[in-house]
Amino acid sequence: MNDPVDVLIIGAGASGAAVAWSLAETKMHILCLEQGGWMNPATYPSAGRDWEARVFADYSPSPNIRARPEDYPINDDNSPIKVVNFNGVGGGTIMYTAHFPRLHPSDFRVKSLDGVAEDWPIDYDTLVPFFEENDRMMGVSGLAGDPGVPPRNPPMPPLPLGRSGPLLGAAMNRLGWHWWPSDTTVATVDYEGRARCINLGHCTPACAQGSKASTDITYWPVARRAGVELRTHCRVREITTNEDGMAAGVVYYDENGVEQFQAAEVVVLACNGVGTPRLLLNSTSGRFPNGLANSSGLVGKNLMFHPYAQVYGYVDAATDSNRAPPTCLWSKEFYETDRSRGFVRGYTFQFGRGVGPVAEAVASEAKGILPWGTGHHAAFRRLNGHRLGLSAICEDLPEEHNRVTLDPVLKDTSGIPAPRIDYRIGDNTARMMEHGIARAKDILAAAGASEICVNSPILYGGWHLLGTARMGFDPARSVVNEWGRSHDVKNLFIVDGSVFVTSGGVNPTSTIQALALYIADQMKERLANLFD
Amino acid sequence: MSTDAPLTQVERDDLRAICGIIIPASAEFDVPGADDPAIQADIVATLGRDAGHVRDALDQLGALAGQPFAGLDPARREAVALQLRAAGGAAVATLTRVVLQCYYRDDRVVRSLGLEPRPPYPKGHVLEEGDWSLLDPVRARPPMWRRA
Repeated sequence: MNDPVDVLIIGAGASGAAVAWSLAETKMHILCLEQGGWMNPATYPSAGRDWEARVFADYSPSPNIRARPEDYPINDDNSPIKVVNFNGVGGGTIMYTAHFPRLHPSDFRVKSLDGVAEDWPIDYDTLVPFFEENDRMMGVSGLAGDPGVPPRNPPMPPLPLGRSGPLLGAAMNRLGWHWWPSDTTVATVDYEGRARCINLGHCTPACAQGSKASTDITYWPVARRAGVELRTHCRVREITTNEDGMAAGVVYYDENGVEQFQAAEVVVLACNGVGTPRLLLNSTSGRFPNGLANSSGLVGKNLMFHPYAQVYGYVDAATDSNRAPPTCLWSKEFYETDRSRGFVRGYTFQFGRGVGPVAEAVASEAKGILPWGTGHHAAFRRLNGHRLGLSAICEDLPEEHNRVTLDPVLKDTSGIPAPRIDYRIGDNTARMMEHGIARAKDILAAAGASEICVNSPILYGGWHLLGTARMGFDPARSVVNEWGRSHDVKNLFIVDGSVFVTSGGVNPTSTIQALALYIADQMKERLANLFD
Repeated sequence: MSTDAPLTQVERDDLRAICGIIIPASAEFDVPGADDPAIQADIVATLGRDAGHVRDALDQLGALAGQPFAGLDPARREAVALQLRAAGGAAVATLTRVVLQCYYRDDRVVRSLGLEPRPPYPKGHVLEEGDWSLLDPVRARPPMWRRA
């Protein structure tokens, strides 16, 4: 029998780490259960000669391909975009590109401004202090003065432009379009014990140098020193409730596969947009037959991905290839609504620097531009190290038919029902993607690129898992209230991407973590009457 | 799906033969083909989770050839290889990827590309600063985000 705790956090990723750190100052007994383990940077792909090959195996972004013991399977057959995630201390921050934009002010007012979806119950200004706190904790590099976004002051200077940045920037200038060096969580100077980036260039499948911020090396060391307990290799099966309809604790399987019960006064869910609804839907009882916190029927619905329209081509000049972090520039030229484009809302362009030789060979062979036979070598030398590319990160609007449910057959290695994804790209988003492809081709043409290739959507591009337990004032139209507490279960909180009302058109980790810090702050302010 | 058992000699012979067609040796670029013994050894030793798909692709290759692929004359091999590539599918894609990922990490091949045969860590790379004056026209723009 485990001793009861005051606060039980499920998931040690982007949001779980942030909320644990923030709540630690209360001196409550805080425990986090994480189904994965601690990562060992010495074994990361960039430390070995097979660094590129491992992206197709144990460092695939897809849990279905990666199939580590810590992963759970996901039935995403009925989706043109496959779910990608990572399970371990640090969660998705272990395997993200470290691109770190914030949602824009307009993203919180889509109904009022553009007549679609719903407004958030909070606004951008509410989150500003938490964005800033998170920038400091994660360590953000970037350049102030961007006219495309509200003012912010990244604590570290931006990544160099390298070879690719000037080629892209000059092309954007020819077109008269906005561009700016991206905010990233790659340390460009030594920062809070993290060594500066040395351009391993293979950032996404984890950083062996420790320059890329993942929460195992940012929030967690501080939170644990402050007294937070982190228990790894513990897979939660369900949240249980008591006779008052309050969360009583969780049933989980420990590192030996032994079933355990952990009682808690407060339960905080931080499993992101697929894991969180999966756990709620698996937590059924006589009082909550359709899953916990689901009186609205919206748990699992309104899944949003950010479909990516990727376009790339090849220039005569040498590009950065794998010699630098993939994050480079962003453009907000097409972010805000302009109805003359044929859609509402918009997208960010995220510019890349190129890829390594194996990735180039595999992709180009599949596209048919790298032949078999005698022409292979000359073609490869024309392509390798000459790629310029960009992706339109398109805002996905909430639609209830896009959802996470429980698969009737598929289970994880603990016998827990696995999630099933049913998703299709909406009409507005599809038009946005076409626009993004056309404008990306304009940009590549201005850069002098040829042999243009398109991946739309990026198949294994379901990085951003949002909207499946959204926040709102109305219990009939939302799962949690405006400060993250379940409408139905007053000691249950959700702090991850599930609570997004709309998706914006940016990578969401910065906003997810700011939300987690905001919710933690709300909890601290209301401790005396948290359950009222 | 085939088993993950080691490849048979016939399968190894066919693998080497198709590798030589996918990436032949080149005197012009001073590189071995993918049928080079060291590259073949790397492919076979690191098949791992891809073994089933690779074996399926080799089975497909044998079926198209009507006999062991390696026993065909060179012209017929080329024709059958083209058929295999045109057929596509997950098994063929895996076979091709396995060949490419081993070929493009071979020391001789990597050097021929002007790169150092080493992992990214711990040496890393040097990244040029680039021309920051390119940002000047963007800096001059008024704010373009919507206040809400």
